[in-house]
Amino acid sequence: MNKRCTLLTRLSIRARSTGDEENSSSTTLDTSRYTFFFHEFSLSFQNLIARVSPGKKWLENCRAYSVPASSKVVRDERFATLDDQDIKHFSGIVGSKGLVVDKDELEVANTDWMRKFKGSAQLLLRPQSSNQVAEILKYSSSRRIAVVPQGGNTGLVGGSVPVFDEVIVNLGAMNSIISFDEVSGILICEAGCILETLDKFLADKGFMFPLDLGAKGSCQIGGNVSTNAGGLRLIRYGSLHGNILGLEVVLSDGTILDMLSSLRKDNTGYDLKQLFIGAEGTLGVVTKVAVLTPQKLPSVNVGFLACTDYTSCQKMLLEARKHLGEVLSAFEFIDSFALDMVLKHSGHRHPLPDAKEKFYLLIETTGSNQSHDKEKLDNFVETVLTQGLVVDGTIAQDNTQISNFWHIREAWFLQLPPLGKAGAVYKYDLSIPIKDLYNLVEILRERLGGLATVVAYGHLGDGNLHLNISAPDYDEKASFFFQIEPFVYEWTAAHKGSVSAEHGLGFMKAHAIHYSRSPETVELMRKMKAMLDPNGILNPYKVIA
Amino acid sequence: MSMNPFCEIAVEEALRIKEAGRASEVVVVSMGGEQCVETIRTGLAMGADRGLHVITQDSSSLFPLAVAKLLQALVSSEQPRLLLLGKQAIDDDCNQTGQMVAGLLGWPQATFASKVSISDDKESVCVEREVDGGIETIQLQLPAVVTADLRLNTPRYATLPNIMKAKKKSIQRVTPEELNVVIGSDLEVLEVTEPPKRKAGVMVASVDELLDKLKNEARVF
Repeated sequence: MNKRCTLLTRLSIRARSTGDEENSSSTTLDTSRYTFFFHEFSLSFQNLIARVSPGKKWLENCRAYSVPASSKVVRDERFATLDDQDIKHFSGIVGSKGLVVDKDELEVANTDWMRKFKGSAQLLLRPQSSNQVAEILKYSSSRRIAVVPQGGNTGLVGGSVPVFDEVIVNLGAMNSIISFDEVSGILICEAGCILETLDKFLADKGFMFPLDLGAKGSCQIGGNVSTNAGGLRLIRYGSLHGNILGLEVVLSDGTILDMLSSLRKDNTGYDLKQLFIGAEGTLGVVTKVAVLTPQKLPSVNVGFLACTDYTSCQKMLLEARKHLGEVLSAFEFIDSFALDMVLKHSGHRHPLPDAKEKFYLLIETTGSNQSHDKEKLDNFVETVLTQGLVVDGTIAQDNTQISNFWHIREAWFLQLPPLGKAGAVYKYDLSIPIKDLYNLVEILRERLGGLATVVAYGHLGDGNLHLNISAPDYDEKASFFFQIEPFVYEWTAAHKGSVSAEHGLGFMKAHAIHYSRSPETVELMRKMKAMLDPNGILNPYKVIA
Repeated sequence: MSMNPFCEIAVEEALRIKEAGRASEVVVVSMGGEQCVETIRTGLAMGADRGLHVITQDSSSLFPLAVAKLLQALVSSEQPRLLLLGKQAIDDDCNQTGQMVAGLLGWPQATFASKVSISDDKESVCVEREVDGGIETIQLQLPAVVTADLRLNTPRYATLPNIMKAKKKSIQRVTPEELNVVIGSDLEVLEVTEPPKRKAGVMVASVDELLDKLKNEARVF
């Protein structure tokens, strides 16, 4: 057993580290062989887990594959190392204001939101215009300097920080709102605009941004677009693929691709902007965005409801769709374990102190007519109370209560991790058929016993589970970690789910794409990447490693 | 329309007094236009027994003295033993109504309450007040007027079963005329202005530039 594991380990490193010497024409890593071994190994791995208790040394040797690439990836030596010439050249492009070499600032920019991933970039650039971005990329391409496009650095999969010494190109200085059409609601702005700033700007005009998420105070629209962020109201406003009307993107060779159309309908040729939405900065750098924004409707109601079991939650979703219909704007859930940790660490109080239920739902309605919405909500509440689907609940009576309820739901992103309040949190963002969604949580709880706390919350209306496992610290050698990966991915794949519903693959899940995509699909993705970024300088080691 | 936060604390205190068995009924009162009904419903959803709505044409003409006179009229018909108010309204920040109505009724008053305890015989109330020097503890004969301060309690969320029950609770409507109160405009608002907008800071690129601006623009030295 030992020998086979070691052999597989060695092969894996070889396939991973550099591109195959035989295929010198392509710079993409040939990991097809790696993928095969991964599959074979992970299947036998599951058998091993069933028979042998975790913690045995040889098992730890064997699990070489199944851990995230962080411990296995080697710096691609084809990328140049920065020298003084380069820094001088960049300084000429962005000016002294746009060049950051300060140790403290770099430390922050090199570390991700979860404090799980840390790069060692020696240089951060803050371009002030698309032209500057174009010049940066053109030069970087010619010198083969790897770059990481960065926005608000709120990503959860290590996609926004360098893995090694890649140069960080932060779009934060490009934060102007270019135009807003008050009739059509079409907003055009630069990629570095902070989401909350855009929403406030729109609110003054009676509109709202169709995307909302916990990170809104820090995240930038360029990053949101590049990760196809889903957020809290996807159930009502749809995804960015539908709301983004146009993009301006800078390609790896410095070409500025102007697809900044602000037309609601434009069926002329291939809709290339869709490629960049969700590409996580690996195909091009988004510099400008044109968004269709909906009307900001005045009547908002939020209910915080307690359910006994997961089946009730599912039925609640059906009832909500039936009774609330077009005014339903959010359907979120949080389980009691997650809620307990929030209440312990965030200073909020329990909205339903007498309820000791396992599941809590946050349901929001947004509409144009308060009395109409209140009536719908009252009917809905009466129905679900009579049917016994809901044991207790409260409806927010004013804006303060509304924001309190939302803070509770968003605390797992906003307060607990950045303040280190939940220890090391392993986050998994999965799309699972709604009926099976919570089974994974219960299975994991059993597997892990008391070794770590498993909490769950998420966008139940979209079938999106945010699974969080809280441990004392990040230690991929800890025996319990074994029980999590790759089990979570395999279970999700077996139930035809997605290993990344909305967070993206980034660095953390770069090796996991095959759990949710066929080999042919991944192969075509590699070809597109090779075509658009032949030198592989855009956000390397990420998405499809 | 949301309830004035201090009034919400007053409602919560009233409910706690009732739950402790020291009161038999909690009545919530609001004065103004139709939006008041929503606020009263919130009070009922929290657990109050019934509501009283004094309808006036225009809420903005209700200054503290008018409110105090209307309350005085309501008190004479309702005969409550305790009148609980928020210490002030957050729209005008007057902090006058509680004191004025106590004066009109000739009742003892305890304002800025941070703790309220009704005696066992329900004849008096002991109130801890937040004053500049610290906490002042006073005892009042009932009936009395108490105004609530921030630290008195944390108001409960209205739960669904109570929200449902609240729909069946009654809200009685009265007009100032029925109460024989003439609402005079004893105060005239001359002007309401925002404080001057804070000027945005200026980012400087170097210490030299900072010194230059301090010397030549801010004229600090």
